[in-house]
This record gives sequence, structure tokens and C-alpha cells, in this order.
Amino acid sequence: MAAYIIRRLWQMVPTMLGVILLVFLLFNWVGGDPAYVLAGKISNQEQIDNIRRQLGVDQPYWVQLWIFIKQVLTADFGASWSTNEKISHILATRLGPSLTVLVPLLIIETVVAIGLALGVAYVRGSLTDRAVMIACTVGLSISILVYIIVFQYVFAYKLGWFPVQGWGNSFWENLLVFSSLPILIALVVSIAPNLRLYRTFILDEINQDYVRTARAKGVGENRIMWVHVLRNASIPIITHLMAALPGLLLGSFLIERFFSIPGIGREVILAVERSDFPVIKAITVYVAFATILSNLLADLMYKAVDPRVQLK
Amino acid sequence: MSSNAAAIPRAHRPQGPREIPQHVSPGLWTLAWRRLKSDRVGMVSLAIVIAFIVLMILSATGLIAADWSREVGVNYAPPTIAGPDVNSLGPGAATATGAEGPTEATTFKSTVVDPIGDVIAELKGETTAAGTAAGSGVVDPLADVMKDIQSSKGAGAAAPEETRLATLPFGGDKWGRDVLKKTIKGSETSIFVGIAAALVATLIGTVLGAVSGYYGRWVDDALNWFYNVFSSIPYLLLILAVAAVLQQKGTMTIILILGLTGWTGIFRLIRAEYMKHKGREYVQAADAIGASNARRMFTHIFPNVSHVVLVQLSILTVGFIKAEVILSFLGFGVPVDVVSWGSMLNEAQNELILGKWWQLVAATTAMALLVTAFSLFTDALRDALDPKLKGIAG
Repeated sequence: MAAYIIRRLWQMVPTMLGVILLVFLLFNWVGGDPAYVLAGKISNQEQIDNIRRQLGVDQPYWVQLWIFIKQVLTADFGASWSTNEKISHILATRLGPSLTVLVPLLIIETVVAIGLALGVAYVRGSLTDRAVMIACTVGLSISILVYIIVFQYVFAYKLGWFPVQGWGNSFWENLLVFSSLPILIALVVSIAPNLRLYRTFILDEINQDYVRTARAKGVGENRIMWVHVLRNASIPIITHLMAALPGLLLGSFLIERFFSIPGIGREVILAVERSDFPVIKAITVYVAFATILSNLLADLMYKAVDPRVQLK
Repeated sequence: MSSNAAAIPRAHRPQGPREIPQHVSPGLWTLAWRRLKSDRVGMVSLAIVIAFIVLMILSATGLIAADWSREVGVNYAPPTIAGPDVNSLGPGAATATGAEGPTEATTFKSTVVDPIGDVIAELKGETTAAGTAAGSGVVDPLADVMKDIQSSKGAGAAAPEETRLATLPFGGDKWGRDVLKKTIKGSETSIFVGIAAALVATLIGTVLGAVSGYYGRWVDDALNWFYNVFSSIPYLLLILAVAAVLQQKGTMTIILILGLTGWTGIFRLIRAEYMKHKGREYVQAADAIGASNARRMFTHIFPNVSHVVLVQLSILTVGFIKAEVILSFLGFGVPVDVVSWGSMLNEAQNELILGKWWQLVAATTAMALLVTAFSLFTDALRDALDPKLKGIAG
């Protein structure tokens, strides 16, 4: 097990280097001289030269790449081009609000989607099943933007059940007051694709021999669905969840933007709007690293759920 | 996904050109078309998709909606069924100085609608019933007359003193532009971007996947590394990062962004297909008769994996249409002088607060209709090309 983890970690190195290289090429080579990006903000030639020296872009490319690698390893990307805030500080302070929305969302969403998927799969082929599937297809085809716009208008603006937007200082206020509508919207948006997918996973299991055996020996239907079937279907579900995890951090970026939640996603949008390259670079690299790590975590969780899985 | 690859029945390999003449058995595409034809949902979806594509072509060639940017109605002209907006009656009447027509219409309407009041805008359904019963018969002929007057005035940018309609069939936007024409123009942008980006992504994914799966060894290792790097950056983040770097906005830029970042899924599938196919007898036979690597890859193997490509193309198109809407909404997509569903939604967001819901409804309906039809068609296409999968993927 330990040997497996060490080997997997070792295999991650080339991918991580590749991510660094890709981000470097994109921003330092395709993106061109940052002095021109900054030129809109600062017009003084002397200042531009000064900034170029500070950023190290007057150096040859390999030196710049080395600077970037050092930045990634030390998590010291310097300051934002727009606000002069330390980037390590940006990352640290923006993570909390994102997680305040995401963790409850992930838990509620998984439980609801699995519960509904089990129910729908159990009555597969029936009118209920087909109606739910059609509702999912139609629901999926409406842009997430429309859900946000309409829900925010109806529930916050018209009915006043929730604050229209905002973020406070107390954790519980944020969680219970400011996060509830964002979580509700994200739930509505993400439940349709996940329900469809989980239903497929469960249908793969529901006709297996072990289900018939369990029925033959008199196991109750509830136990069959929730224990026998769910345990087997949870392997692909976990893969899907883990793969979706880092994307969720950003998937909520529209929600964070609409509700003025100071999270990572909103920071990315602001940075793109301001051409604030160091912020985008830092977030891209670290989110990619998180993705790579969560892939490993998914494989390890397979082993925990299904002892038959051989890690190799 | 790998089960997808494994499920191609041998019987569905296309027949070569030299088949036995007396008994011509139907090929993959004939069989698939037969299956698709018997799928009613699939055919209806296909019809809707084709209708949208025809709309796109007509709009792109300037046959319809070419004058979408003309300000034909009053500011925020409401849809005809809702009746003229009483709130904006003042400015509406003020802008409609050219002829008595619209003024007459608005005054007439206001006598009908005023008692009910615009305050209960939520109860629009009832207002509509009253409005259409009494109003539309009067307003519609006038609207037609006004259109005639305007078209006789000839083309050109709308002058401020030009006569404006109090209502438009599907409403007007902030500047009184026809929402229906905007929606058609937006469909053109969104569908074109979706299809073009999907073609770019499919081309990249297929060529890289074919090379990787066919040659194997170090080529495969290198391209797989490339794939791992790309797929470890969450898709939307990658798009935003590329959008940040490419400063100039334009339809081509957004196609490039989506195409260059979206090839990973199809790469994986095509690679698996080529790995499976390269050892098969017909490829060995092609090798024996001296076919080159490129010929084996693209003339011999490619037709046998083309159904995977087609389904992926369809899936990608839907995904890219959705992504374009989000990007354009955020202002990272098409330039401001191009309408897209995303930019319409962006305007609609502020309009909704003012109670002007029609642009939101128009863009949402058009997009939902196309995306639903496209998704259902994709499902039908996959079932038709790969009948073993039927019923599994819901």
C-alpha cells in the first residue's frame, strides 16, 4: 500500500511539470510581454522597465521558467497586478467562502441524488422513471445562468426569502443566511446530470445475480437497494465524485459571481477581467494539482469500498 | 467508456466495395439510419435540430434577421400578447412622434389596461387574456401598417424621430430592437460557434487519438502525458485561462478556445478504438498488400471508428453551445456587436429587475429547445449506431 502510494506520487511529477509548463507557455509566451498588459494601467516607460525587472520578464525564457517553478514550490507568487494583494493571501482567504458553499452542497447533493437514483432505478421503465428522466433532460438543457437569474429574482428579490447577495463575517451567518440560496440553486442545477448518471450505475448492478440471490434468501427490498446494490454501485459513483471535486471549486464560479461570495471562482473571473495573470497562474496550477491528487484519492477509496480491487 | 469501445458488433463493420453482388447486405450506415428512422423521439429531435441549422444558414446569409439591430419598437417594447407597457407609456409615446398610429394604439390600450394596472404584473396571464381579447385585434393591424411604413422608408440606422412600435410580437430590448430577430441572430452565433468548435476539437482529438493508439510505444506515452496535463486542469478554468491570454475578442477566438481545450474526451475514446483495431485481421491484410501507415489509419481503420467520432461530435456541440453562452454572458466570448444567447441573457439579467421578462424567456426557450433536441438526437444516434448500448445509458 505504502509502496503503491509512493509510486503513484512519483508518477505525478511529470504531469505536474507538464501543468507548470503549459501554464508557463500560455501566460509567458502566448500571452506575450506582461508589460504590454500592464501598459494600460501604467504609462510611464521607466516604471514599466522597473516592473519588467521585478517580474523577471527581461530574463531569458528558461530563467523565467525557473522563477515560475520556484514560485509554485514556495507558494510565493508575489503580489496581484491589480490590487497588490499578496497572492498567497488571496488564495488563503478565498478558499474559506468557497468551501462554505461547496461542502454542504456536495453532501446534500450526493445524498439526494443517490436516494432519488435508487428510487428511480427501482421503478425503472415506469411512468415515474420516464417522467423524471425527461425532466432531467429538459432541466439540463436550460443554461445554469437562467436558473441563477430567475431564482435570484424570484426568491431573493421578489419574495425576499433570502438576501439578494452578500457575505458576512460570521461563519454561521454565512452558512445559514448567505449560502442557502446559492446552495439551493447549485443543487437544482447539479442534481439532473448526477441523477441520470447514478441511475445508470445502479441499473448496471440491479440485474446482477447477487441481487436475485439476496431476494431468494428473503432479504428485504430496502436492504437490497441500500446495502447490496448501493455498495456495488458506489465504486463508479466515487470515481465520478472525486473527478468532479476540483471542478466544483470552479463550477460554482458563476454562483459566487452572482451572489458576491468572495471565493476562488469569483477571484478567477475578476482576474480574467483584469488580466491579472499571476492570480490566474497560481489558481490554475494549484487546482490542477488538487485534481491530480484527488485522482489518487479516488483510487485509494476504491480499495476501501471494494476489497477485490488490486492496486497496481 | 471503455465498455462503449468494446461493444461494436462484428456484423456492423461496413462492407468493402467488393461484396458479393447477388446478395447486398445493408451496411452500418443503412442499418443505423433504419434504426434511427424507427425512433420517433430521435426523428422529431433531428427535425428540430435541422430547423435550427436552416435558421442559422438563412440568418448567416442575410436572408432573415439581417436588420436585427434596427430599433423598430419603443424602448423595452413589450410582446404583443402582454399589451403595451403602461409604465413606459410616457417615453413610449414621446418617442413615437412620427405618426398618430402608435399613439392611437397606446392610448387605446391604456384605457383597457389602466384599470387593471401594471402593478400586478405577476398576474400577467389574466391581463393577457383581457388584453388579447380586446387589444390584439386593434394593435396587430396597426403594427402591420407601421411595419409597411417603416420598410417603405428604406434601410438605414434608426433615427431618433423614426416611428416606433408600441409592441413587438416577441417584445423589444432596451433600444427597442426586435427580440425575435435578436434570438434568431443569437442562434446563428451560438450554433455556429458550437459546431465549428466541436469540429476543431474532434479533429484534434481524432488525429491525436489515432496516432497515439496506432503507433503506441513512446508516441503513446508522450501524447498520454499531454492528455494528462490537459485533463488535470478543470475544463472551465482552462477556458478562462486561455480567454485571459488571448486578448482580442472575436467569434474565431472563442471557437479556437473551445476547440483547443475540448479535445481530451474524444482523444481517449479514439485512442482505445485504434489500440483495439490495429491488431485485427483486416489491418494485417492491409499491411500485407502494402498500405502505408497513414492509409491504414485513415482509410482502413477510420471508417470502423467513425460512429464514435460522430456521437462525440454531437455531444461536444451541445457542450460547446452551453459553454459559449456562459463565456459570452461573462463578456469573455463573442464581441459586443455580435448577438449571442449569452449576451442576451446578460442584458436580460438587469431587465428582469425592471419586470421586462421577454428577452430572458426568448433566449432561454430557444436555447432549451435546441439543446434538448440535440441531446435527445445524440442519444438516438448513439442507440442507432451502437444498438447494444440501448437502455443502458439513460
